[in-house]
Amino acid sequence: MSLRITCSHCGTRPIEEYVYGEIFDVPEPITDPDARDVDRGFFHNNPEGPVREAWFHLYGCRRWMTIERDTRTDEVLG
Amino acid sequence: MNEFWEAQVELKWGEPKPSYDVVIIGGGGHGLSTAYHLATRHGITNVAVLERKYIGGGNSGRNTTVIRSNYGIPEAVRFYQRSVELYRRLEEETGRWIMHSERGLLWIVHTEAGVRAERARAEVNRAFGARTEFVEPEDIGRIVPGIDLNAGGGRFPVMGASYHFEGATARHDRVNWALAEGAMQRGVDVIQRTEVTGLLMNGNRVTGVRTNHGDISAGVVVSAVGGHVTSVAAMAGVRLPIRTHPLQAFVTNHYERNFDPILASIDLGFYVSQTARGEMLGGAHIDPQPSYSYQSGHHFISSLSRRIVTLLPFMSRLRVLRQWTGVCDMSPDYSPIMGRTPVDGFLITTGWGTWGFKAIPAGGEAMADLIATNEVPELIAPFALDRFANDRPLADRGSAGTH
Repeated sequence: MSLRITCSHCGTRPIEEYVYGEIFDVPEPITDPDARDVDRGFFHNNPEGPVREAWFHLYGCRRWMTIERDTRTDEVLG
Repeated sequence: MNEFWEAQVELKWGEPKPSYDVVIIGGGGHGLSTAYHLATRHGITNVAVLERKYIGGGNSGRNTTVIRSNYGIPEAVRFYQRSVELYRRLEEETGRWIMHSERGLLWIVHTEAGVRAERARAEVNRAFGARTEFVEPEDIGRIVPGIDLNAGGGRFPVMGASYHFEGATARHDRVNWALAEGAMQRGVDVIQRTEVTGLLMNGNRVTGVRTNHGDISAGVVVSAVGGHVTSVAAMAGVRLPIRTHPLQAFVTNHYERNFDPILASIDLGFYVSQTARGEMLGGAHIDPQPSYSYQSGHHFISSLSRRIVTLLPFMSRLRVLRQWTGVCDMSPDYSPIMGRTPVDGFLITTGWGTWGFKAIPAGGEAMADLIATNEVPELIAPFALDRFANDRPLADRGSAGTH
């Protein structure tokens, strides 16, 4: 994939410089503590559409940033 | 499918009926195989396979067609060995040439730790019915002409490999078409360009599907979807431990010599095999971020080429002909998920990650058994969705190869 991510410190850089980080989000309706643990450990939202995620600029300024990306098109929304 | 091949196989496309005993969502390998085995093994033919685009147009047509059973845990070796055996007789059974070619698979290791892991793999494989042996570097030199045993100027010395005799390839489109044809001949309706947009529910039971061509009621609904399975399961309120990642591959132009084995190096992170056309097919890792976009990139070509020529210097003379991307439903333990869900009448076969093609016959057979007998076959019982909540994950990341 030839995605580019804009780092506020380094500018627009290719995705290969970054490390991906999922932002975990256990749905509200799961209230049982054990079920929440299982969900957090194994389950994923895996959305088709905009998703908020973290990227670490490993081969750059070594800072985490949060972006929004559309998983259907890989377009970075902001 | 092009017109030439459509003329070779006898595919009779059905019109959707208002009701079926079984509706299978997804006309890829696993969906068609489930329908095929329902029809051939159990005589259940009031079945519809619904495909959003055209059959085999998703990840069943985008994989790298490796068949093998050299897994690291007993449950998986048994299951994939069953698939190897079914693939061996699929041509005879369907009367169609799927270009099945058993050529052996070498997993090359470059470290002491790798040597230990592959020796252990060979033992587990032999104990559960697969044929795998550890081979020394001098044997590898004989099996793979042109390999650099001192790869990368000594950075990646070839220290041995596990040699898996059952390693094979087959033409993925032909597998799909052979299974579709076999199912259709027995009365199964395969319906293309029909997208499932919702599930009809009655309490905690799925009673049918809503499509862009109207509602269809069903006794059992099976999701054999690759890629968009999270969205399909969400229609039934089922949450899945799946993340969908892109996986890229490329083929080169024609290599003028025979390159018989399928060769993989986990440390260098690539695998290659030669296609029937003589192209060298190369694959590597999944991309780190979940995506459904099917985008390919230049970075993949350059990094994979560099790693391949480290071990196989002759490949530097070849040119990349084309590249493509599929999407992989990765499960947390790198094992598939098959069987029942918390919702009645809704079965699922997913989590096929980077290892779905090799499991098409056995996965379909087991799902068909489950539908016909309403009992989970012993072969797939360990792969149930509830294994995560029950502390029984089947961790086998080392056997997913380069994933």
